[in-house]
Amino acid sequence: MCLAIPGQILSIEGDDPLSRTGKVSFGGIVKDVNLAYVPEAKVGDYVIVHVGFAISIVDEKEAQEVFEYLRQMEELGELQEQPA
Amino acid sequence: MRFIEEYRDAQAARKFAEAIRNAVTRDWTIMEICGGQTHAIMKFGIDELLPPQITLLHGPGCPVCVTPVELIDKAVELASRPDVIFCSFGDMLRVPGTKGDLLSAKASGGDVRIVYSPLDALQLAIKNPDRQVVFFAVGFETTAPANAMAVYQAKQKGVQNFSILVSHVLVPPAIEAILRSPRNRVQGFLAAGHVCTVMGYTEYEPIAQKYHVPIVVTGFEPVDILQGIYLCVKQLEEGRAEVENQYARSVRREGNRPAQELIREVFEVVPRKWRGIGEIPQSGLGLREPYWEFDAERRFPLRTGSVEEAGECISGLILQGVKKPYECPAFGTRCTPEHPLGATMVSSEGACAAYFKYRREAMPHKA
Repeated sequence: MCLAIPGQILSIEGDDPLSRTGKVSFGGIVKDVNLAYVPEAKVGDYVIVHVGFAISIVDEKEAQEVFEYLRQMEELGELQEQPA
Repeated sequence: MRFIEEYRDAQAARKFAEAIRNAVTRDWTIMEICGGQTHAIMKFGIDELLPPQITLLHGPGCPVCVTPVELIDKAVELASRPDVIFCSFGDMLRVPGTKGDLLSAKASGGDVRIVYSPLDALQLAIKNPDRQVVFFAVGFETTAPANAMAVYQAKQKGVQNFSILVSHVLVPPAIEAILRSPRNRVQGFLAAGHVCTVMGYTEYEPIAQKYHVPIVVTGFEPVDILQGIYLCVKQLEEGRAEVENQYARSVRREGNRPAQELIREVFEVVPRKWRGIGEIPQSGLGLREPYWEFDAERRFPLRTGSVEEAGECISGLILQGVKKPYECPAFGTRCTPEHPLGATMVSSEGACAAYFKYRREAMPHKA
């Protein structure tokens, strides 16, 4: 029910803030998505979409942080096998 | 797909599982709130990567599962009316009420349609001015902005043949209800990433402090869930009880302000009955007075009253994390996804359905 997936905005139509709509590509499948809740979204942005509405813009820098966190753990030796 | 595939990377998942194994020194019980996460945990075998000291309990975050049986009966009653086009998300169609489900209403001639968005239902109302279009507005805070927008636009456009049957629920009161229960076993929570995308996570900070329980806002892919568990375990091991945000690529602390504003414009907080659990105060959303004309329960004279849950389904105990699906005597025998006794076996996000699909021979996990 709370499933939401990331897609990339290909184009944006409409001036009315409530019905501003984007063509959003989900791995090649393109759907119309309401952009009322992401007023600052622009073409090229990735948005998280739930039941036809974009609910956030993907922060691409934060998206990398998960892997940066892993890299730091490796550097600190937190991933080495512990003796049983 | 970008922002999905990289978080399914097996090597990264294994590294987080290794980090969890290295961090754990004692037994901990963690609950993932969201049914979407429950489904991912089972599908990707995340529970099988964890050390035996970690027990995952599955929370009540499945709107399909917690919609009260009288709401299902009201939906069936509405769907059976000849003047109504009843619209719903697909996963509500097979939830059993006391008088069948929406699919049986459709089979009996009811005009039941699956829609992708509540705006599709609104468009249907505009195109069919001689019919009443009712949308089944279920869901947590994630779905509330979409449903609020449909009602708001209906009012703006003067669409008089559109209404919604509301069964919205809120996550924080459910977490508190679990923590207040004398049977509570949960020591840390994974909060639902998309609920928090909409609402932010300031509401969770007083809960973490009051009950001294770590809460980690977590995404939905395997690497997300494993990092969420790792952060939660690290807090538990260090005696901390903070709100952390693992899913920062989508979630900001303040959440989505425009979405919250429209939710507050259209809805107000009300008490809500949860299937299998009972009434939780201030745990739902109902339409505010200026929007009552769009409330299907006010628009139509419905015969359905309060209904008591009957039968042997123990979904209430499962939704509160008190029992696991395989502890139900009916699991996998008298109760299957084809013949569900209760909602947790209907929805793909229900714990019982996830166990049935991915752990048919479910046994408590021991490494």
